[in-house]
Amino acid sequence: MNRQFTPLRVVFYVVTLLFALVVLSPFYFVLVNSVKSYGEIIIDAAALPTELKFSNYAVGVERVNFWLAFYRSLFVTVIGLGGMAIFGSMAAWKLARVKSRVSTFMYATYILAMIIPFQSIMIPLVVVAHNFRMLNPLGLAILYWGFGMPLTIFLYRGYFNYVPRELDESGMLDGCNDFVLFWRILFPQLRTMTTTIVILQSLWVWNDFLLPLLILQHDRSFYTIPLGINSFFGIYKAQWDMALPILVLGMLPLITAFLFAQKNIVRSIAASGLKG
Amino acid sequence: MATNIRERIINSFALYTLFPYAVFLVFVLLPFFIGGYYSLTDWNGISRNLDFVGLRNFIEMFRDDEGFIVSIVFTFKFTVAACITVNLLGLAYAVLFHTTTRWNSVLRVILVLPNVIGGIILGFVWRFIFAQALPAIGGIFENISWFGQPNTAFWAIVIVLVWQQAGYVMLIYIASMNSIDEQLFEAAEIDGASSFRQFTDITLPLIVPAFTVSIFIVLANSFKIFGLVFSLTGGGPFGTTESLAINIYNEAFIYGNYGLGSAKAVVFFIFVAILSYMQVRFTQRREVAL
Repeated sequence: MNRQFTPLRVVFYVVTLLFALVVLSPFYFVLVNSVKSYGEIIIDAAALPTELKFSNYAVGVERVNFWLAFYRSLFVTVIGLGGMAIFGSMAAWKLARVKSRVSTFMYATYILAMIIPFQSIMIPLVVVAHNFRMLNPLGLAILYWGFGMPLTIFLYRGYFNYVPRELDESGMLDGCNDFVLFWRILFPQLRTMTTTIVILQSLWVWNDFLLPLLILQHDRSFYTIPLGINSFFGIYKAQWDMALPILVLGMLPLITAFLFAQKNIVRSIAASGLKG
Repeated sequence: MATNIRERIINSFALYTLFPYAVFLVFVLLPFFIGGYYSLTDWNGISRNLDFVGLRNFIEMFRDDEGFIVSIVFTFKFTVAACITVNLLGLAYAVLFHTTTRWNSVLRVILVLPNVIGGIILGFVWRFIFAQALPAIGGIFENISWFGQPNTAFWAIVIVLVWQQAGYVMLIYIASMNSIDEQLFEAAEIDGASSFRQFTDITLPLIVPAFTVSIFIVLANSFKIFGLVFSLTGGGPFGTTESLAINIYNEAFIYGNYGLGSAKAVVFFIFVAILSYMQVRFTQRREVAL
C-alpha cells in the first residue's frame, strides 16, 4: 500500500480528525465549564470562561469529601484486586493440575455462576452481608473476591495450560515446598494474565456503583467516589459549577491510568473479547 | 517418586482452593438460593416472620404491576437498539482503523478512552452535555428537551452507551481482522477483486466469531444496565426509561417489598439464562459450521 498524500488520504485524515474531536468533546465541555461561574455556565456552556474560577474545585472537593472518597475507592480496589489475584491464582493452579471429581465440580460451579446477574442476588446478599457484619469497606472488598472469583479462576486456569507441568515437577524434585514452588516459580510465569485480570477487574471494581450503594450507603464516611458523586447530585441537583469539578476529578484517575497503561488495557480488552 | 509428587499435589488441594470457594459459596451461590426462597414469600425486609405465598408474587408482577411491564419492554427495546448501533459503529471503526499506522493507533486510543469511565459518572457527564452543552451549541440541538419526552430520553441513553462501548467492540473486531491470513487478500488482489469485494467475501465471513462475541457482550451490558440510567434519566420521564435492574432495586430497597423484588429478580435471572443459553448455542453452531 502506498502511503502518499493522495486526495482520498487527506479526506480520510480530515474526516477522522473531526470524528475524534466529536468523541472527545464531552471531556472538553466538562473541563472548560468546570472553571466557569454558575451564571456563565447557564448562559452559554459553549463559550470560553471569562475568568478561571479554580475555587470551584475547592468547593466541590469539600462538598463531596473527595479525598476520603478517593481513599475508600483505592482501599476497596487494592484489597479486592489483591485477594482476587492471590487466592484466584493459587486456586486456579490446583484446579488446573488436579483432575478429580471435586476439582471438576468446583470449576463447573464457578463457570455456571458466571451466568448469574448481580441484580438477581443483590437482595439476599445484603441480608447475608449484614449478618456477617460486612457492611463496611473491608467487607465490600471481600464481597468482590466472591464476585470476581469465577472470571479470575477461569482466566488463570486457562492460562495454566501454557505453563508446562514439568516446571511443577522439577521444582518439587529440587525440594521446593508448594508455597515456594508457586510464588517463586509459577506465579511469575502468569505475569501477562495477572496484568489482564488486574486491569479488567479494577475497571469494574473502581467504577462499580450498585454493590457499594447496597453495602456502604448507611455511612457517609464509607463513600467511594461513585457514591460520593451520586449523593452530591442527590442534594445539589444541577449546581454545575460545583458538580463539574467533581466529575473532572472523578474521571482523572481513570484517564491517567488509561494513558499510562494504554497498551496493556487495549490488549486486555481484545483478549477478553476473544475468549468470550 | 512420581506417585509421591501426585500425592503432594492432591494433599494441598484443599489448602489452596477451599478459602476462595467458601467466599464464593457464601456470598454468591447462597444468596442465589435464598433469593429463590424469598420470591415465594411476602417478606418486607424488616419483620421477623415471613409468610409463604406461593406464586402470588409472580402473578402480581405480570397482572397488576404496569411499571414492571414497562421496564421489561424498555429493557428489551433498549438492548436491541444498543446492540445494533454499538456493533455497526464499532465495525465501521474497525474497518477504518485496523491497519497499524501511527494515526490509527492514536485514533484507536481516543475511541477506547470513554470505555474506562464508569456508568454513574458517565451519566452525570452526559446529563450536562444534553442539558447545557448541546443547547448552547445550537443548530438542530437548540430546542430538544432530551429528558422531557420518552423518545428522546431513550435515544439519549443509547447515544451514551454507543459513545462508551463502540470503541470497545472495535478492539474485538480489529483483533479478529488482524488474525486473518494476509495471503487470502493477496490472492484476491491477483484475481482482481475490488477492496469492497475483499471485505464482503473474505473479511466479513471470517470475523463472524467476533460478531457473536461482541453482540453478546453488548447484549449483556445493556440488558443489565443500572448506573448509567440511574444517573442520566433516573428512569424518567414517567418511568419510561426504567430498566429492569432499576425496577428490581426500587421494588426491594425503595418500596421495601423484598418478596416481590426477589420474585422479579428470579424472572430477571431467567431472561439472562435464556440469553446465555442462546449464546452458547450460537457459539457451538458456529464451531460445527467451521
